[in-house]
Amino acid sequence: MALQSLDIKQRSATTTPAPQARQTVEIAKLIDVSACIGCKACQVACSEWNDIRDEVGNCHGVYDNPMDLTANSWTVMRYTEVEQNNKLEWLIRKDGCMHCSDPGCLKACPAPGAIIQYSNGIVDFHQENCIGCGYCVTGCPFNVPRISQKDSKAYKCTLCSDRVAVNQAPACAKACPTGAIQFGSKEDMKDYASKRITDLKERGYEKAGLYDPEGVGGTHVMYVLHHADKPELYAGLPANPTISALVSIWKGFTKPLATLALAGIALGSLFHYVTKGPNEVSKEIEDEIEAEDKETAK
Amino acid sequence: MIRDPKDLQRYSAKERSNHWVVGISFILLALSGLAFFHPAFFPLTQLFGGPVWARIIHPFLGVLMALSFLGLYVKFKHLNKMTPADHEWLKKAKNMVDGNDHDMPEQGKYNGGQKVMFWALAVCMLLMTVSGILIWRAYFGFDVTLVRLGAVVHAAAGAVMIGLIMVHVYAAIWVKGTIRAMWYGTVTRAWAKQHHRGWYRQVTGK
Repeated sequence: MALQSLDIKQRSATTTPAPQARQTVEIAKLIDVSACIGCKACQVACSEWNDIRDEVGNCHGVYDNPMDLTANSWTVMRYTEVEQNNKLEWLIRKDGCMHCSDPGCLKACPAPGAIIQYSNGIVDFHQENCIGCGYCVTGCPFNVPRISQKDSKAYKCTLCSDRVAVNQAPACAKACPTGAIQFGSKEDMKDYASKRITDLKERGYEKAGLYDPEGVGGTHVMYVLHHADKPELYAGLPANPTISALVSIWKGFTKPLATLALAGIALGSLFHYVTKGPNEVSKEIEDEIEAEDKETAK
Repeated sequence: MIRDPKDLQRYSAKERSNHWVVGISFILLALSGLAFFHPAFFPLTQLFGGPVWARIIHPFLGVLMALSFLGLYVKFKHLNKMTPADHEWLKKAKNMVDGNDHDMPEQGKYNGGQKVMFWALAVCMLLMTVSGILIWRAYFGFDVTLVRLGAVVHAAAGAVMIGLIMVHVYAAIWVKGTIRAMWYGTVTRAWAKQHHRGWYRQVTGK
C-alpha cells in the first residue's frame, strides 16, 4: 500500500537513500500475552479491515484456526499447552509480522520497492512491485510472509500502515476486548510493558519480560511474556532471532564483490587483447601446410 | 574466410546445435539471473517482458540448460580426462597467456586449460541445478535452511559460472580461427597443427 512518500527508511533492492527528510515517531504494537483470552477478535478485525477472507477450513481438534498464516490470514492465534511450575498453562500468542528494525525480508528482496520500511518502523509489502520469487520467506527469521496461490505475490501483516498513516490504531488493537493489544509510540509501549512486567512479577511470574529481540535490531511488534526466559514455549517463538548468516552472505558482501570480479574479467580480457594481441596461426605452420599440399600435388 | 575441402571436421552438426542450445539458454539465464543478483542489473528483467516474467521464465531456462548441458557432458567427458601433458601445459599456461606458445607441450583435442574449464563448468552446472531446485518456490517447498543454503550456492556458483564463460568466450575470440568451429564445425589444418598437434596427428595420420 503506497501511502507515505517522505518517511521511508529503507526500500528493497535500492542502493541509494530513499526519501527520508521527514522523521516520524517510531511506533510499536505491544501484545500482552498474559492478558490475551484467545477470542480471535483480532483475527476477525484483521480480515474485516483488510478485506481478506481466508478459506473456511476444517476442524483440526485444536483451537488454532486457521492452522497457519496464509496469504489471506495475516495474523493467527497460536495455542500451546505447557506445564510450568507444576501447573498447566495455556499460552496464547497472536502470531504475525514482527516488523523488525533489521528486516530479513527486505534484505533478501531483489525487487526494487517491493518491500518498504517506513521511518515509523512498519515494514510493508507493496504487491504491485512484488515478483513472487519468495526470497522474503527465505530471509524472514520468523517465518511470516506467505506467497498467494492466486497471484504469486507475498502477503503479510501491514501493521495497518493505512490506518497508522491517519493516526488510527491497527484494526486488531482496536478490536481487542481485554486491552491485550496496545498501540502507540515504541517508547510508550516499553513504559506500558514495564508496568505490566512489574505486575506479573508480583503475581509470581519471576521471569516475566519484554520480547523485543536485539538480533533483528528490535521489533515494532513486541510481546509481554510471562516466561520471557523461554520464548520457545509460545509456539516456537525464537529465543534469539537473527537474519541467517547464509542470508547475510548471500545478500551481503558477495554481491558487490562478485559484480566487481566479473567486471574485472571483462575488462581484463579486453586489455589482454589490446596489449598482447590475438593468438594467430604462425606463418611458419601456414607455410608447412602449403608445402605439404604442393608435395601431394606433384 | 576461405573454406577448404581439406579443413578438419572438429564438431558435428549435432554437437554444434547442442552447444548453441546451451549457449543461448546460458545467456538468457545469466541476464535474468544477474537481474535478481544485484539491483544494478534489475533493468535486465525488461528483456524478458518484465520482472515477474523474468522470475517465471528463469527456472524453466535452467531446466533446458541442465538437460542440454548433460548432452555435452556425456559426449565430451571422455575427451576431457586429465593427462600428465595437461598438467605440464597448465604449469606453462602463463607463457601461453603472455602470447608465447612456442614451448607448450603437444595437446590433443583439448588442452589442459580447456579441460579444467570443462570440469569447472560441470561442477557449477551440477551445483546450479541442485540449488536451483531448492529455491524454485513455485513448485517446491523445502526446509528454509536448505532454501537459504540453496540461495547462497546458486548465487555463488552462478557468479563463478558467468566468470568462467567470459573466459571461455574470450579464449575463443583471442585464438583466431576458433569460432568457425562453433558455427560450421571445421578448422584449418594449420590451426589444428598449431594449437592441438596431437589431435592434428590423430585425424590426419601425419
